[in-house]
Amino acid sequence: MNKQKLVMVGNGMAGVRTLEELLKLAPDLYDITVFSAEPHPNYNRIMLSPVLAGEQTLDDIILNPLQWYADRGITLHLGRKVVEVDRQRRIVRADDGTEAPYDRLLMATGSNPFILPVPGKELDGVIAYRDIADTEYMIETARQHRHAVVIGGGLLGLEAAYGLRQRGMEVTVVHIAPWLLERQLDQKAAGLLQSTLEGHGLRFRIGAQTQELVDNGQGRVCAVRFKDGTEAAADLVVMAAGVRPNVGLAQQTGLHCERGIVVTDTLQTVTDPRVYAVGECAAHRGIAYGLVAPLFDQAKVCATHLAQFGIGRYTGSQISTKLKVTGVQLFSAGNFMGGEGTEEIVLDDPQAGVYKKLVLAGEQLVGACLYGDTDDGSWYFQLIQDGAKVGAMRDRLIFGQALACA
Amino acid sequence: MSRTIPIRAPEGERQHTRATCPYCGTGCGVIIETRHGQIVDVQGDPDHPANFGRLCTKGSTLHLTAAPAVTQAARLLQPALRTQRDQAPQATTWSTALDHVAQELARIVRTHGPDAIGFYGSGQLLTEDYYVLNKLAKGLVGTNNLDTNSRLCMSSAVAGYKATLGVDAPPACYDDFQHARTLFIVGANTAYAHPILFRRIEGARKANPDQKLIVADPRKTETAEMADLYLPLRPGTDVALFHGLLHIALAEGLIDMAYIEAHTEGFEALRATVADHPPARVADVCGVPEADLLQAARWMGAHTPTLSLYCQGLNQSSRGTDKNATLINFHLATGQIGKPGAGPFSLTGQPNAMGGREVGGMANLLSAHRDLANPAHREEVAALWGVADVPAQPGKTAVEMFEAAARGEIKALWIACTNPAQSLPDQATVRKALETAELVVVQEAFATTATVPYADVLLPATTWGEKDGTVTNSERRISRVRAAQAPSGLARHDWQIFRDVARRLEALMPERRATWRTGTTTLFPYETAEQVWNEHRDSTRGRDLDITGLSYALLEQQGPQQWPMPEGHAQGTARLYTDGRFPTPSGRARFANVPYEPVQDPCTAEFPISLNTGRLRDQWHGMSRTGTLGRLFGHVSEPCIDLHATDLQQRGLAEGDLVEVRSRRGSVIVPVHTSEAQRPGQAFMAMHWGQEVLGGTGPEGQARTGVNALTSPFFCPKSKQPELKHAAVQISPVQLPWRLLALVWLPAEQASRLREALKAQMTDFAYASCVPFGREPHAQGLVGVLFRGARTEAPSAEWLHAMEALLGLDTPDCLRLRDTARGQHRTVRRQALGEQQVLQGFLLGGDISSEVWLRPLLQEESPVDTFGRNLLMPGATPPVATASKGRQVCTCFNVTEPAIVETLGQCQGSPDERLSALQGQLRCGTNCGSCVPELKKLIKSHPARCDSTAPAA
Repeated sequence: MNKQKLVMVGNGMAGVRTLEELLKLAPDLYDITVFSAEPHPNYNRIMLSPVLAGEQTLDDIILNPLQWYADRGITLHLGRKVVEVDRQRRIVRADDGTEAPYDRLLMATGSNPFILPVPGKELDGVIAYRDIADTEYMIETARQHRHAVVIGGGLLGLEAAYGLRQRGMEVTVVHIAPWLLERQLDQKAAGLLQSTLEGHGLRFRIGAQTQELVDNGQGRVCAVRFKDGTEAAADLVVMAAGVRPNVGLAQQTGLHCERGIVVTDTLQTVTDPRVYAVGECAAHRGIAYGLVAPLFDQAKVCATHLAQFGIGRYTGSQISTKLKVTGVQLFSAGNFMGGEGTEEIVLDDPQAGVYKKLVLAGEQLVGACLYGDTDDGSWYFQLIQDGAKVGAMRDRLIFGQALACA
Repeated sequence: MSRTIPIRAPEGERQHTRATCPYCGTGCGVIIETRHGQIVDVQGDPDHPANFGRLCTKGSTLHLTAAPAVTQAARLLQPALRTQRDQAPQATTWSTALDHVAQELARIVRTHGPDAIGFYGSGQLLTEDYYVLNKLAKGLVGTNNLDTNSRLCMSSAVAGYKATLGVDAPPACYDDFQHARTLFIVGANTAYAHPILFRRIEGARKANPDQKLIVADPRKTETAEMADLYLPLRPGTDVALFHGLLHIALAEGLIDMAYIEAHTEGFEALRATVADHPPARVADVCGVPEADLLQAARWMGAHTPTLSLYCQGLNQSSRGTDKNATLINFHLATGQIGKPGAGPFSLTGQPNAMGGREVGGMANLLSAHRDLANPAHREEVAALWGVADVPAQPGKTAVEMFEAAARGEIKALWIACTNPAQSLPDQATVRKALETAELVVVQEAFATTATVPYADVLLPATTWGEKDGTVTNSERRISRVRAAQAPSGLARHDWQIFRDVARRLEALMPERRATWRTGTTTLFPYETAEQVWNEHRDSTRGRDLDITGLSYALLEQQGPQQWPMPEGHAQGTARLYTDGRFPTPSGRARFANVPYEPVQDPCTAEFPISLNTGRLRDQWHGMSRTGTLGRLFGHVSEPCIDLHATDLQQRGLAEGDLVEVRSRRGSVIVPVHTSEAQRPGQAFMAMHWGQEVLGGTGPEGQARTGVNALTSPFFCPKSKQPELKHAAVQISPVQLPWRLLALVWLPAEQASRLREALKAQMTDFAYASCVPFGREPHAQGLVGVLFRGARTEAPSAEWLHAMEALLGLDTPDCLRLRDTARGQHRTVRRQALGEQQVLQGFLLGGDISSEVWLRPLLQEESPVDTFGRNLLMPGATPPVATASKGRQVCTCFNVTEPAIVETLGQCQGSPDERLSALQGQLRCGTNCGSCVPELKKLIKSHPARCDSTAPAA
């Protein structure tokens, strides 16, 4: 009997996780073909930072080696970027002309880094931080150059900055918002984080606006110039100012896109029910997630539908944050900034460098921001996701699961 | 006011100076050690016949109360003056302050007459101070409105002695303790109020196992715990008890008819009254079992000699004089007076209440036990002083004086060495008086008392360690008091201040000068304390207290002496009335035929509880001195009201719950404490808990004024002593859910200043208390401050922040927990002590239940490294197992109850053997001995374990 054909565009963590889930449910349902623009098997993108910092190797972060694909009869096209999808004929074609027909198509194209539209963005030494190639470039640059500027004090930017610092560079982080990780931390926690990172030798320009990247006269960047006229020396500029869902192919294919490829609770595109989308490229209920946990949630639901079980609905994810910088523990989840209708419990332990904030609405925990001691982060995250009533243990909640449930 | 006046300290080597203790009326001798002019230590004077070298917890810490840190923070160090009531007094010079006082007094006398002036002194003034004050009021100003806090203390004893024996003279002496075969202690908790005398009683009992101790007291005090027979009489029923005891003595033939016939009068009239008090009725009135009454009377009447010791339980009563007199009746009827081991022996409350009485420093007395009502006596005094007359109109006594000031009749109040805004009953009236008077002069050693804020003029006085003069103790013994160090700041001796105002006043009252004996230029020609004393001595010639045989030089050479000691006598007089002759017109003692009458502030359904007030073991009066030391709060750490467990249960109260105690005059909020000493329907609050330590704001915004907001102004019509031992109160739970508890360790001076600063914060609570804790001398010189408050709702974040700043808990290194919506606010500050971390301070707002483990960690300075941020945990269960050292029993060696109980587990044998073993192992009760009664109680409540290996008896 002829198996149905499943083609996946993209070979990242969300997509491959979907395949893993699918194979668990229905190992023999599909002939599977995977197109990967990068010349690597599926690796753990979020572990690039430890690789940059020299704390892990590339081999360490490979999730699915080539043998994995082979063992499961998956056709893997490495280094081939899909350039066209013919939804009438149900065929995809890669830049090298490779074609693959499909019965079901899974779009897992991920996202692209946002490049600041400033003069000098095309200079040598200016890169984004997205993949193994970027990582290798930074490692190489650090061997030869001294000054680095990371634009963007978000998770990725700080991890890049820390990694470069570990590689011996003088690193300045430029951040336009009032405090670091403003989407993941409140100001108090961000201040603690900044102090910690300053302790590691990082420098910060908080609130600074980048005006242009300065040419050294030979086509390579030598400095970042700010709106106020000051400059920071830069042999390397890493753009870590956010990502944009990679929807170019989808748009070209006529799939409805807003922030990302618009999908339903079954992760099917609203345009074509044979076409699914998961991961950073997908927009579910207006949200394009950029963190790994929601993508895995999506993978699980998507797999059940591909497996023709027809059960499971993806209704969105609560997200939580961790920063992979050695010695830094931070965690946030939910509405950690509080506001109208919420109440806060705050604990400060400056000697231990610990700060904890819990946000409650009524009897429910709705947000948490932890710095320095994140042991109970996952417990809080669970309470937030479950909408558990925590009134009875409120007074001990901030002391963590062991003491609050004692 | 500047706080930086240096303490003058003459250079010099180590010196030892003999003086006396300024606390109770025992009159213990002390030897003060100074180094470079600064007091550094105190020891009991081994040669002093009151204490033979022993000191109690209070006395043995006297030097610590004179430490520079205490002086700088708590003492009044320079004169200050305000001309407008809404201003704070500004520092000024002595001459400006004295001029101002003299001019204002002169103005008021001219406008309203001399009786518009009220002088209110203290049983803690020295005899010399008292003498000059008395002469100033009665000889110069021309008013008898001179009374002292002795009115709250001994006036019933005075009136009782005078009514029966003729004069105000305790007939017995301390040596009688060891001669007595029956000791009757009534209305006195000697173990707390006169600890050194109690040590002597313990010694007497040990030496003479045959001696019987009877204690009558509404409370089962530590004194009562020691008794062979305890009579738990109802408050105010003492007269019925004494009539009843005499009734039994008569019925059983225990009276001494020969003595009655030879030396007394009025017995027949008394018989009828006594006949009306059969044991059954007395048992009913007093609440004492009939058999115990019979036993008491038999011991007192037959197991003789019998010595009665009594104090405020008899005196502070609306029938105080009658209580004293009817107890004396028993001694007269059984002949138990005027011989070794016998007599009615009033234990004086204050260190020099006796001296004050001797110089006539009361509204109804004149110099040398003379009587104001007696025209001949007035003439004698006028002649002694060289003035035309002394006023005949009796002066206003303490309560009356403040009532008159509240009504506006008395325009000027000059308060010296006492704290009426703490100690007088019915504080609402007292406060009104202080607000209404045109001029309030406060002559004080301490700047911290509740009266100080009312002062228009503040006159800094010397105090213990700085004063020079004499005092007389309970057994009529006069001791020299010598200055060990120079006055602190600009302080002057009380007699000098009186003299200096008097001299100015003389110049402003030429019309009075015109009446003086020819050639007199001043009534106050004194340059030394001795000159004052010599004039006083001359006034005693031929009086019952004749001391013309005494001199400063003799006191120096031969030590303290008991009056009388007329000229020609080689030494003082141990016992009075040994010949059966009494200083009455007939030479006979007089029986007091008075009826039993109940207390004046009756308990009703609305006010069902009888509130008693009294001393704690380790505090003195309003605590202006003892309250400077954290270690004296080791025994009882915070204000509370004691109740029997039944009364708590009936009101649904648990230990430590806050209650409102309301009398017909005012209210306080205070935590309840279950006490086995209390009987149902009776409550006890320590007299010390004034506004300085127990405050808050009432529902109408009025400041709460401490325990004496509750007490009654009713006084004995004969002695005018108010009934501080009984007030009818109601007790009800209060709902003040938001609590605050803060404890911090600070350098001593900062701690004192913090306590002063926190007085302002106390008013932000419905209930607040602020006390020190600690154990001076602390290795790092630290003293603790404990603040506790309760209110309906959490204060604002700004308020909490300001409070933290005051407490030094606003530093960035503090552990903090905030749950603002729930009013939870906890801050903990740690500090390094060697390798470990200990708590420096904490503040708990909202839920303070973690106090039970957090507070011992801080107070005992235990390492907290293992706690981490769990120090912020709520709840009574510690997050890490802790073992508190527990409540301190022995203040001298910091021995706690759990340690004692544990050690007792290994101590076998008789109670005395176990006590010795305990003392040997832990040293508790081996220094001042004040905790020995409590140790004995613990021995009793923790019997020796049966040891199967012990040989059978």
